Amino acid sequence: MSKAIIESGNVAAAMAVQLARAEVIAAYPITPQTPVTEKLSELITAGRMDAEYVAVESEHSAMAVCIGAASAGVRAFTATSSNGLLYMSEQLHWAAGARLPIVMCVVNRGIGAPWSVWNDHQDAISQRDAGWIQIFAKDHQEIVDMTLKAFRLAELVHIPVMVNYDGYYLSHTYMPFEPPDAERVDAFLPAYQYKHALSPEHPESLNTVTLPDARLDVQGVKRGGYMDLRHNLHEEMGMAIEVWEEIDRDFQTHFGRGGAPVTDPYRCDDAEVVIVAMGSMANQFRVVVDRLRQDDGIRAGVLALQMYRPFPGAMLARALQSAKHVMVYEKGLSYGSQGALYGDIKSALYPYPSRPQLHNFIVGLGGREIPTESLYQTTKTSCAPDRILPPAQSDVPQWIGLQL
Amino acid sequence: MQQTNDQIIQIRWHGRGGQGAITAAKVVAEAAFRSGYGGAVMAPTFGTERRGAPVTTSLKISRSKIYDLSPITTPDIVVVLDHMILHEVDVTSGLKPGGWIIMNSPRMVKDYSFPGYRTAVANATRLGVEAGLRKGVVNTGIIGALGRASGLIGIDILAETIAEEFSGRNPDANALAARLVYDATLMDDSTTGGPTDA
Repeated sequence: MSKAIIESGNVAAAMAVQLARAEVIAAYPITPQTPVTEKLSELITAGRMDAEYVAVESEHSAMAVCIGAASAGVRAFTATSSNGLLYMSEQLHWAAGARLPIVMCVVNRGIGAPWSVWNDHQDAISQRDAGWIQIFAKDHQEIVDMTLKAFRLAELVHIPVMVNYDGYYLSHTYMPFEPPDAERVDAFLPAYQYKHALSPEHPESLNTVTLPDARLDVQGVKRGGYMDLRHNLHEEMGMAIEVWEEIDRDFQTHFGRGGAPVTDPYRCDDAEVVIVAMGSMANQFRVVVDRLRQDDGIRAGVLALQMYRPFPGAMLARALQSAKHVMVYEKGLSYGSQGALYGDIKSALYPYPSRPQLHNFIVGLGGREIPTESLYQTTKTSCAPDRILPPAQSDVPQWIGLQL
Repeated sequence: MQQTNDQIIQIRWHGRGGQGAITAAKVVAEAAFRSGYGGAVMAPTFGTERRGAPVTTSLKISRSKIYDLSPITTPDIVVVLDHMILHEVDVTSGLKPGGWIIMNSPRMVKDYSFPGYRTAVANATRLGVEAGLRKGVVNTGIIGALGRASGLIGIDILAETIAEEFSGRNPDANALAARLVYDATLMDDSTTGGPTDA
């Protein structure tokens, strides 16, 4: 019998953090994240979770507490959304540079001004260059599974991980998922061991002013300067893709779920039209793909991007080589330019022989409704054979669902 | 590879902020899941709601996993927790032809006319009090009317799920309210609409 339960996405996230035995939770409330940390504080107060809950006065402090905890060798977690994420931006860069394995859920929400509590991806995208790993969940099961895997990834590669999931669409929606068995989680996710954990017995000086040039340390060993350390972060970030895949394979042996940790293709094998999207919208597109195939004979598929940073550029470029059209739908953009994901995909395709026709669509900012019908119509119209646009028109984002 | 085109039953709930429509929809999601509907998605619509203002929530149920989380625009069923909402909101908006309007109302089913739709009415407010609930608690009662009119989920599993959801908060009275409403629900499934002045 299935052990699945029906709960909200925020509760799913909190359950995963409880199962992961996080030891310090520091958070500041912000919609739509608040129920995650409320649930964790309830679990701690009820004695069902052995952790310290640090109520802070801001998101900046929440991340600072997590940095302190992780530096002391303690598994730390926080969650935020929107302007809360932006308020901790300086500490995000610090956590990544200090190579601390913090896991954070970002319940994606539009950014003010003007205020919006509703979903889009602008918060996460604005922090894409902070040096954090970013993954995106499509449903509650993925929120649980990715959060557990994220702790292991962060602690193996010493890079913090952001687990993104859509505000409201996932955070406040109830759907079935299977919470993993606690004993199996313990077998999958060993306790966090940090060899540079702060300790009065072994004093170390970490992350002080680091000179531009490499130099010898007190033992006479050559140590990198700032640029070398940053190069390490970049290289090891790239290697994290394979580590993430290995973790997923191990997760499958423990829990029987997984198999699409980096990209999750649906009906892409023979697809001429491939849609690329992140988060719950990629699942919504499965319905569109089925309809395009059934009603219109259009060989469509959807490729869900599960890992946004590190960017699996080569993997995506190879997956898109046989497509005629690639349609990138995203809930955010770089103002004055184009969709960040679109730009990334275009750049990934450049070195490869086949460059499909690319389309960029901006949808759902600030919770603007994304009717499945309009995704269907837009995709169908855009791949019509008689609709070839010159580059000056095709290479600009099209906004879907504008009302003015 | 799993196909996504299995039939999805879409139920839109109309209530007032604080009336418990979300909890009711969640209970039905849970009961549907236990009855073998592998897909059950309950998505509240969030706005700037305040206590007493009309609110809606979406419930989709299907035999297999549901991938489309967009809000319901063409419901098969609408559930109305307070008949006075009819004066403020067009609850039939997008309702499929022959769809059900299931309502908590002190009036009789024959007092309503919704041509093209089927109507089910029960006085969940009065029956809730009879079941031992505080006056105005209607969200568990109306679940009985939904069970009766739609035939989607049996009353026993609905009552059992209600009792679990409300454990520590009058579980027996809440479950009884659903059973009383189930028995008392009057239905007009003619789709021609009643004779009247509503």
